[in-house]
Amino acid sequence: MLNSTLNSQLFDAEVERIPTRNGYGDGLVELGEKNPEIFVLTGDLAESTRAHLFQKKYPERFVECGVAEQNMMGVAAGLALSGKIPFVSSYAVFVPGRSWDQLRVSVCYTNANVKVAGAHAGISVGPDGATHQALEDLAITRVLPNLTVVVPCDYEETRKCTHAVAELAGPCYFRFAREKTPVITTKETPFEIGKAYVCIEGKDVTIAACGPLLHEALLAARELEKEGIEAEVLNCHTLKPFDEATLIKSVAKTKCCVSVEEHQITGGLAGAVAETLGRFNPVPLETIGMPDHFGESGEPDELLTKYGMRAKDIVAAAKKAMARK
Amino acid sequence: MVYNVSMLTDKRLIELEKTANQIREDIIEMLLAAKSGHSAGPLGMADVFTALYYEIAKITPETRDAPDRDRVVLSNAHICPVLYATLANRGYLPREELKTLRKLGTRLQGHSNSHFSPDLPIETSGGPLGQGISQAVGMALAARHNYESRITNDESGRVRGTRYVVPSVWHTWCLMGDGELDEGQCWEAFMLAGKLNLRELTVFIDRNNIQIDGFTENVMPLEPLADRFKSYNWSVIEVDGHNIREVVDAANRARSTAENPTVIICHTIPGKGVDFMENKFEWHGKAPNADEARVALAELRTLGGQITSEHE
Repeated sequence: MLNSTLNSQLFDAEVERIPTRNGYGDGLVELGEKNPEIFVLTGDLAESTRAHLFQKKYPERFVECGVAEQNMMGVAAGLALSGKIPFVSSYAVFVPGRSWDQLRVSVCYTNANVKVAGAHAGISVGPDGATHQALEDLAITRVLPNLTVVVPCDYEETRKCTHAVAELAGPCYFRFAREKTPVITTKETPFEIGKAYVCIEGKDVTIAACGPLLHEALLAARELEKEGIEAEVLNCHTLKPFDEATLIKSVAKTKCCVSVEEHQITGGLAGAVAETLGRFNPVPLETIGMPDHFGESGEPDELLTKYGMRAKDIVAAAKKAMARK
Repeated sequence: MVYNVSMLTDKRLIELEKTANQIREDIIEMLLAAKSGHSAGPLGMADVFTALYYEIAKITPETRDAPDRDRVVLSNAHICPVLYATLANRGYLPREELKTLRKLGTRLQGHSNSHFSPDLPIETSGGPLGQGISQAVGMALAARHNYESRITNDESGRVRGTRYVVPSVWHTWCLMGDGELDEGQCWEAFMLAGKLNLRELTVFIDRNNIQIDGFTENVMPLEPLADRFKSYNWSVIEVDGHNIREVVDAANRARSTAENPTVIICHTIPGKGVDFMENKFEWHGKAPNADEARVALAELRTLGGQITSEHE
């Protein structure tokens, strides 16, 4: 049964589509109004990260760092250690990709209250090709002590996430996508960092998803339903701290699991799920994600299809997991 | 406000020079106890640290958490023995604690760190070179923002025009090594500080000409260093890093500089005060053994006229 707080039109072909990064931009402007300590930094990517919306309203709290992400991460740490709440805005391949050492030492080791926003994450970045498709960012952030890692699924959730990370004391990494993606949630959908939630209830297979691919997972659940298979779909938006309890409760019922993410299969959501299942209840797990491979240029839909991240792939993975019970 | 220069009396100068020498003795003793760590840089910077913690930075043991305290950032955190020894002499921690350097459970980590020592005036954690300067830029920016918020909130509103003659709420002092300048991140930070005319920031560079693999100009040439900073819109002051009066005067000038950030290039002798360590890059990352420490301490204690004070 579909969670009643979700967008009732989410299965329509004409479902509303908004880029998740717009949720970040709108969230920042709202935060800027509310809290005079919010700063926004960017490295020559104000518009494509949507940080320019904040820049227009609060230029005195906006820092254009130029194409220099390592310094930007450090400047953010210095601001945070002086009581500000800086949001570092760039592409996920640069923050955390190019500035990981600075994230590790200047931000996480000092437990500085820095919020790192990685835009253009995942293979759906499309035509720019492999260099700009962040498929490793979750793995390299999940391993950092003190850091919270979040992957919101749509515009609305990214907006809520932007507010939630500002409230959180301590460093946080969250990522979002470039393309317009379906609006899955509504203002009423609960969002709490560290707390996964059930989007569709089911008893035969657990599908744990994060990010915009959650929509493909929901489409897959609907396909499975036609064949009499009841899938339970979880929105595992927080990878760290990972909500082990919600996953374990679900697999206790379904006895098998599929993870779905726009990321390398190693170290991201599949990693978090496998670690949890291994510790508490080692049920069969199938993984949807990038299989140890770089991306390439192409349209987002073409790439998601080529690398097996569509609803039909999730359906096949669910059946495979069930067969292994 | 214009800061007076040469406010140091000769009497005070003599006290400070003796303190610097005591700090050198403490450095040798703590490195001997730790059995590892860096010798040359800490000895070379003892005079600058004395100037900074006794005369320049507006911080005291009693005002550790004051919101408007000056920020001191040690970007080349491997020279932290000189920081710890200075803090011990300045009354922030007991001298006996210096012997815990690098040992399990100590506040005195191998690279200075804010997590293990929240009650010491250590604003952040260092180690990987180039990271401190970026954080110092952030701290200076925060000071500017706090100051501008205050004057914006002032009902008269007229003080805004005098921004550049009124000190910011705090000044940020960042200490860096010269070998550290090989890191590209430093120059990213210098570019941003120059762009922002970040007068709230002053950097001390330990220009001792050595790094782990050899002399800086062989490993990676830095000259013409002063010109490079000027081209980034920085003010440059060059001083004898063993002349405390020069260092203090330069810092006072930097704090009152109206236009842009200042770098004080401190020409120092690595290993200063211990003959067999002076100018030897081999002593960059090495601690003395018991015999070497004995010789070093004897030199530091007997060179009285030359090292303890040149003004007595």
